[in-house]
Amino acid sequence: MNAAPRRPRLDRAAPKAGRAGSDAPSSPLVVSALGTGAMLFDADGGASPDPAVQHRIWAIAEVAELWPGVRETMPGMNNLLVVFDDQALVPEALAAQVQQAWLQPSQAVRVARTVELPVVYGGAGGPDLAALAEHAGLDVHATAQLHAQATYTVFFLGAHPGFAYLGGLDPRLHMPRRAQPRPQVRAGTVAIGGAQTGVVAQVSPSGWQLLGVTDAAFFDPLRVPPALLAPGDQVRFRVEKVEA
Amino acid sequence: MHILATGALNTVQDQGRHGYRKFGVGVAGAVDALAAAVGNTMLGNPRDAAFVEVLLFPFRVRFTADTRIALTGADARATLDDKALLPWWSLPVRAGQVLSLQSPRQGGVAYLCVAGGIDVPPVLGSRSTDLKAHFGGLAGRPLAKGDTLAVCAVPDGGRAPRRASGFGVVPPAVALPQQEGPSSDATCVRVLPAAEWGAFSEAVRRTFLSTDWTVSPNSNRIGLRLEGPVLQPRHKRELLSHGIVPGVIQVPPAGLPIVMQCDAQTSGGYPKMATVIEADQWRVAQTRLGGRLRFAAVDLAQAQAAWQAQQRYLQRIQRAADLAA
Repeated sequence: MNAAPRRPRLDRAAPKAGRAGSDAPSSPLVVSALGTGAMLFDADGGASPDPAVQHRIWAIAEVAELWPGVRETMPGMNNLLVVFDDQALVPEALAAQVQQAWLQPSQAVRVARTVELPVVYGGAGGPDLAALAEHAGLDVHATAQLHAQATYTVFFLGAHPGFAYLGGLDPRLHMPRRAQPRPQVRAGTVAIGGAQTGVVAQVSPSGWQLLGVTDAAFFDPLRVPPALLAPGDQVRFRVEKVEA
Repeated sequence: MHILATGALNTVQDQGRHGYRKFGVGVAGAVDALAAAVGNTMLGNPRDAAFVEVLLFPFRVRFTADTRIALTGADARATLDDKALLPWWSLPVRAGQVLSLQSPRQGGVAYLCVAGGIDVPPVLGSRSTDLKAHFGGLAGRPLAKGDTLAVCAVPDGGRAPRRASGFGVVPPAVALPQQEGPSSDATCVRVLPAAEWGAFSEAVRRTFLSTDWTVSPNSNRIGLRLEGPVLQPRHKRELLSHGIVPGVIQVPPAGLPIVMQCDAQTSGGYPKMATVIEADQWRVAQTRLGGRLRFAAVDLAQAQAAWQAQQRYLQRIQRAADLAA
């Protein structure tokens, strides 16, 4: 059988204004150099990422990409990487520009999409569901429901092409990574690593706890844009089946 | 050209895939981007022309058309139909001739550039092979025996060098001598402090800068793993994931540093001790497995001056190529 992968449901009809226009932060970003052609700007918020900070990071990532001399920007978890041409742009000037954008209330409004992903929890594709259920003190069905009932936010894409770091995981489902990473995890595997969840976008090694699989295609280099998800998108998982 | 023999990790690359980090797509490209740029410059190729990176030897190709080539990077004791060729050399080759590269005695990676560049379809703006994501280059995979690589048409019909024997250029190891370290056999590379430099005590930083680090056999295009004393920050602190670039030196919890190379993933979470300056990344790439690396801290102005010196070197190569044409 060679069924076409089911398309995830994209809900573009419900744009949501971002919160980037809310209160300006009081402290500047922590700036550090990554060689001569890149700088890291860190909101330094502590161990858990702040969604309000992240909205501002997205907004700056979008505007800074258009500045002369800036080659590319990449949001991280409450931080921002800016890659620039150091022959065209003095690092101090770039840093000042980013700080200014950071400290001013931004008018940028993001349009968030909601992407729904059907998931088969457990079974061969979710070998850690039982362990997660035990960790959470629930049965496997309730664990799958708990994972699927939240709305997650794409904080940024990284690690491998198309992989989205999702925030919004119920604290009962926070579970440390495995001591021994698995050498090969299939694309589409829904996983938990600490306080984060995400879907493995390409066959790769992973130390995350594996819950189940979805058959959406998260990355295709020939598609525009190449990744299914973008920062700010909302992700919902739907329980298609729970396998023992 | 036909691939007659190749190691498992030789690939088609170009100057890298830039602008797609925000989708999680890494840079790829040549680990020694300087050697590749010299080869393309010698041939009058566009800056974004693709070439073959040879990390594992022996490597042997048969040319299927008359063309010109440039051999740069490590001296791979090249022969053309069993006649020895000099390293850092560009010359015309004829259809049917066989080029062989052997394991270099010094350095680790060699480049074969061809007039016009290797013709593979660009993916996300680059012809580089992304080995982890399996796209770009030749069908997203390393070269294999039996492969045929097409070459892009040369607009002006290819500038024939005046001499059939070709011409050579001064290698960067001679033109851009490394900063002298106190030890004899270690490759000395210059680094700029990175975000967590201050999270390590002065004693640990001194250890970092005074050690001859051994490059672990467990190194690859993603990163060079180093063996030596264990480095621990003053306080263990969980970092949130953030963007990283090739050249950054991460220190995972085990305390042994990793110098990220061009196949590095786009994000990381380990403390960052320092970043190898752009002008010295080729020195890291040419350090062999089991070889030694030593780090020297510099400031931003020194790092920029080193980059400008490298650009002037490339301009001299350009003039040499113009004279030879």
